[in-house]
Amino acid sequence: MPEMNGFSGISPEDKERLALTGINTDSMEGRAGSFLLVNDHILHAGSQTEGVEVLMIEKALEKYEWLKDYCWKIVPADKDQYTKYVADHPQRGYVIIAHKGAKTTFPLQSCMFMQGDTIQTVHNIVIAEEGAEVHLIAGCASSLKTKEGAHYGINEIYVGKNAKVTSTMIHTWGEEIEVFPRTATVVEEGGTFLSNYVCMRPTKMVQMYPTAYLKGEGAVARFSSVIVAGTGSHIDAGSRAILQAPNTSAELITRAITNGGTIISRGAIVAEVPQTKGHIECRGLILKDGVMHAIPEIDGRVVDIELSHEAAVGKIARDEIEYLMARGLSEEEATATIIRGFLDVRIEGLPDVLQKQIENAIDSADHGF
Amino acid sequence: MLEIENLHVEVGGREVLHGISLTVPDGQTHVLLGPNGSGKTTLLRTIMGFASSKVTSGKIIFNGVDVTHKPVHERAKLGMGIMFQRPPTISGLKLGKFITATNKIDEARIPQIIEKLHMTKFLDRDVNAGFSGGEIKRSEILQLTVQNPSFVMLDEPESGVDVENMALLGNAAASLLEKEIHMKSRTKSGLIITHTGYILDYLEADLGYVLIDGSLQCSGNPREILKSVKTSGYKDCIACRK
Repeated sequence: MPEMNGFSGISPEDKERLALTGINTDSMEGRAGSFLLVNDHILHAGSQTEGVEVLMIEKALEKYEWLKDYCWKIVPADKDQYTKYVADHPQRGYVIIAHKGAKTTFPLQSCMFMQGDTIQTVHNIVIAEEGAEVHLIAGCASSLKTKEGAHYGINEIYVGKNAKVTSTMIHTWGEEIEVFPRTATVVEEGGTFLSNYVCMRPTKMVQMYPTAYLKGEGAVARFSSVIVAGTGSHIDAGSRAILQAPNTSAELITRAITNGGTIISRGAIVAEVPQTKGHIECRGLILKDGVMHAIPEIDGRVVDIELSHEAAVGKIARDEIEYLMARGLSEEEATATIIRGFLDVRIEGLPDVLQKQIENAIDSADHGF
Repeated sequence: MLEIENLHVEVGGREVLHGISLTVPDGQTHVLLGPNGSGKTTLLRTIMGFASSKVTSGKIIFNGVDVTHKPVHERAKLGMGIMFQRPPTISGLKLGKFITATNKIDEARIPQIIEKLHMTKFLDRDVNAGFSGGEIKRSEILQLTVQNPSFVMLDEPESGVDVENMALLGNAAASLLEKEIHMKSRTKSGLIITHTGYILDYLEADLGYVLIDGSLQCSGNPREILKSVKTSGYKDCIACRK
């Protein structure tokens, strides 16, 4: 099993933070490939799976002429100040290409790590060709020593015909970090895109609204987000699906808890053609002072579509707490159990190892309630 | 085991129980009868310590300890247990995990109890999520069995239950109350709310009470009270008070 390069300079405490994001720092065991970016330096890029390439974007663009047709195509370079900033800087990031029919058993891990006060820019491209299947863990973290900084990340994801991409992003940023991911996905005929986002650690600001374009017949997208915002955190996170072919469907699921921070949970599904389906579900809890603002939007433009949304913001029901207490749990244990259950979003089709990672992230945040 | 002295209880600012006094000795099971809205569930909820039932005066003594103002989980730890009539759904908490976390009996016994109550396929489901009436009761009695309380409160165990489930429940409740051993050796006690009395086909009760408008109207042989209620309803009880 090859060793990972680049982690030797990272302190044990920071390695622990990386572990929280699902990143293996010691060996490649249980991972199909890895990419490690520390500040602006790419320390590791490689794949152990046949038919799957993990390349630095600079090299990938040299290697494959055609790749330029996938670069800045679904996230336009002039979209906003953040995309412009990234486009104006040397391109750093990874390109993952899962060639036709290639499948990874284990997830590919990509790690964006920030040390020192800086602006980190990344531009990643994921291409799953026809029938390919890739699972990604994107762990984003900052060093405990990082006092302030920003992360601008561009992600362009292409899910080919009958291909499947799952992307699980776990954020472990610091209290003074601002994060602006800009992500778009195109899903072709029969393709599946599952996107999971977990953010349970204090972060000054997250602002993102990834969009999936379901272009091919029968394409499916599912976004699941688990967000906990403590005092000082401002999380403006949403997801959007544009249904552009018959029999496409999208589901956007969010579980959000504010412990004193602000959460703006957006969700939008646009049905542009008939025979499409979409559902948005957002459930929020306000545990103490904080703001939970849910903005679900459904936008149907033709006949023969089914779009729905449900959003609820509330508190932990007293009768649920007392029910568990009647079985012998203390009030704190009962509350933690209910919160743990509230955040438990079972994601269909997610490999066990990724589901476990999400559960670990939830468990590790448990003591904070 | 349980002594209640002159208990006054408010729910939502309105007095619902007006000076209830009763004693349930060790090893005895008592039955609480009364029309809808008379305060039976409130009495059980007050004994268990739920916040919506506010004790304004009086005492609840459990095994010599004044628990009147103790939190719910401390009462549970002291040995109280309750079967809810309409328990809430706990999303994300699997029944199997919950059973393991609250278990107080020999672990080796659990699989057999689960099987007996036909609950095997529910262990991977969220507690009470989409359970039918009978399934809820079986889940409740299963939870109570592993919790193994010394004082068992059952709130209408028969409601929403078909004949087959009634037998499962009745037998499980009898076992929980140690009805299979001789009354002299029995230590567990119970207080059961029943409308139909079906539960008495599976376990004998020692004393019955009639609760009318938040006051205990009378007490006596539970079967006799039930028979009279079945014949003429509660109107005689109400008239008797006047």
